Amino acid sequence: MPATDTAVRPPAPAPPAARPPRRRHRRLRLVLRYTLLSIGAVVVLFPLYMAVVNSLLAPSQIAHQPPPFFPLHPQWGSYRKAWTEGDLAVYLRNSAIQTTIIVAGQLVTSVLAAYAFAFLEFPFKRTLFVVFLMTLMIPFEVTIATNLSTVSSLGWFNTFPGLTVPFLATGFGTFLLRQAFLQIPRDLREAAQLDGYGHFRFLWSVAVPLARPALAALGVFSFLSAWNQYLWPLLVTGNDNSVRTVQIGLKQLINTQLDQINVSLAGTVIAVVPLLILLVVFQKQLVRSLTSGAVK
Amino acid sequence: MSALRSRRHREWGLAYLLLAPALLIFAVFTFYPFLRNFKLALYQNPPYPGLPSHYVGLHQVGSVLASTSFHQSLVSTLLYVVMVVPVGLIGGLLLAVAAHKAIRGMAWFRLVFSSTVVTSVAVAAVVFGTLMDPVVGLLPWLGVNPHPAILENPTWALPAVSLIAVWQFLGLSFVIMTAGLQSLPDEVLEAARLDGAGGWTMFWRVTVPLLSPTLFFGLVVGTIYAFQSFGQIDILIGPQNSQFTHTDVLLYSVYQALSIQDNPGVAAVLSIVLFAILLVFTLAQLRFLERRVTYAGD
Repeated sequence: MPATDTAVRPPAPAPPAARPPRRRHRRLRLVLRYTLLSIGAVVVLFPLYMAVVNSLLAPSQIAHQPPPFFPLHPQWGSYRKAWTEGDLAVYLRNSAIQTTIIVAGQLVTSVLAAYAFAFLEFPFKRTLFVVFLMTLMIPFEVTIATNLSTVSSLGWFNTFPGLTVPFLATGFGTFLLRQAFLQIPRDLREAAQLDGYGHFRFLWSVAVPLARPALAALGVFSFLSAWNQYLWPLLVTGNDNSVRTVQIGLKQLINTQLDQINVSLAGTVIAVVPLLILLVVFQKQLVRSLTSGAVK
Repeated sequence: MSALRSRRHREWGLAYLLLAPALLIFAVFTFYPFLRNFKLALYQNPPYPGLPSHYVGLHQVGSVLASTSFHQSLVSTLLYVVMVVPVGLIGGLLLAVAAHKAIRGMAWFRLVFSSTVVTSVAVAAVVFGTLMDPVVGLLPWLGVNPHPAILENPTWALPAVSLIAVWQFLGLSFVIMTAGLQSLPDEVLEAARLDGAGGWTMFWRVTVPLLSPTLFFGLVVGTIYAFQSFGQIDILIGPQNSQFTHTDVLLYSVYQALSIQDNPGVAAVLSIVLFAILLVFTLAQLRFLERRVTYAGD
């Protein structure tokens, strides 16, 4: 870093060595830090907090001025309504199915391809790796015109294959797992070979267990992106709620229940809870996948 | 010798077999549709539904690129990106710096700050849509109530949907900045501190320069994210209002050309433009991944 040598300056004149003011200074800074952190937390949490508050109010109270910031008489009926009348139970089930298929598919195709790139020698290896990387340059959004007609000609509108098959492979995932596989010592593969391990047995009982952190990171990342997909499910589950995912369900919910904002917000809270749980449990893995490339 | 060769051939076969599933998906759902955009762009939709589309060469490309609606869409997209990315990055950086100290309760603050990473665009749209509602929202209470209502207002609709994206991007930005801060060499920071650099000097002259690769990574990721978002516009503004409220960002125009006007040719032209703009940023993103390739060996 060229900037560091300008930063490290000759020592400044020593500060007056009065001890008590300095300690007070430090305490003040700690208070300041906590204040800043709390303001940040309030700003970040405020929208979701208000969603929870409003979901527990009767519609007439929501429009009340000044707006109530705390539900004095929480009414839980909105949640029951969103769950049954708003079809949220169906949407959540659909999202769970769609997400499971995509996560499983991406893990399988990435493990297989990454193994080939990390452990096998074959012609055009470099070229094929570049092909995988090239998929990262083509955002899904620029392929929808044709993908829509492909899916329709396959008869896949309003079906789980239509929702999931285009996402069953990932260049990013392959890349991530290849990196993890390359960390496995070569000697291990040779030793396993001497023990009579074929490629599949080595893959399953040595490589995959050793790459578990990377697999977890990819799994959590796929889960997050699949669950929160908006554009594609919007296009392929147009007017049929039998496979509609929860994100599109939310759009439906606010369009049909304008007079029942508490129900829409109850639905929103229900939709975000699975992911908040995911965040609490898998924070480390999620951070790992989101920052791959950010730091060496 | 021949046994060795047949064994090697078997390894080749196995490799191609392992790559086949992913390659098949990429061929059908990534490369083919991407390349077909260039063909679709040359064909115009029939004047009446049911007739075949006909070849018009570059005529359609020219008329889309020259249209005022395209120019407006491009301007809206750039404004949107400019409103979302810097604010999101600076917000994330401030939160990350504030949270970069091992003090009590920090794990909780970190969890809160990264929480918007998991909120979907639909969730964010519904939540903010309620807060911005002219009747039930907070605006009348705050004494701000523009006419027409914020989300139907040509001046305020775009800043409003950008605000939603800023909030949503804040979590990712925080996560990236925190990872960057944690990777900084402690010795350098310690040395600067011993040299008497105060908090503010420290931040501008040591932390920010050291963090510049992270800031650049955040900029690239954030820009790609911003160019690809449109969900809150679809939910809160909708196809009827998006044009006159100047919120028809590029991707929303692609979506509308495709699913509302049923015009794949125009959608293809717009997709190519979107791809060309994003290419600069995706290439930069690839370079970040590449750095890891070079030291991991082959």
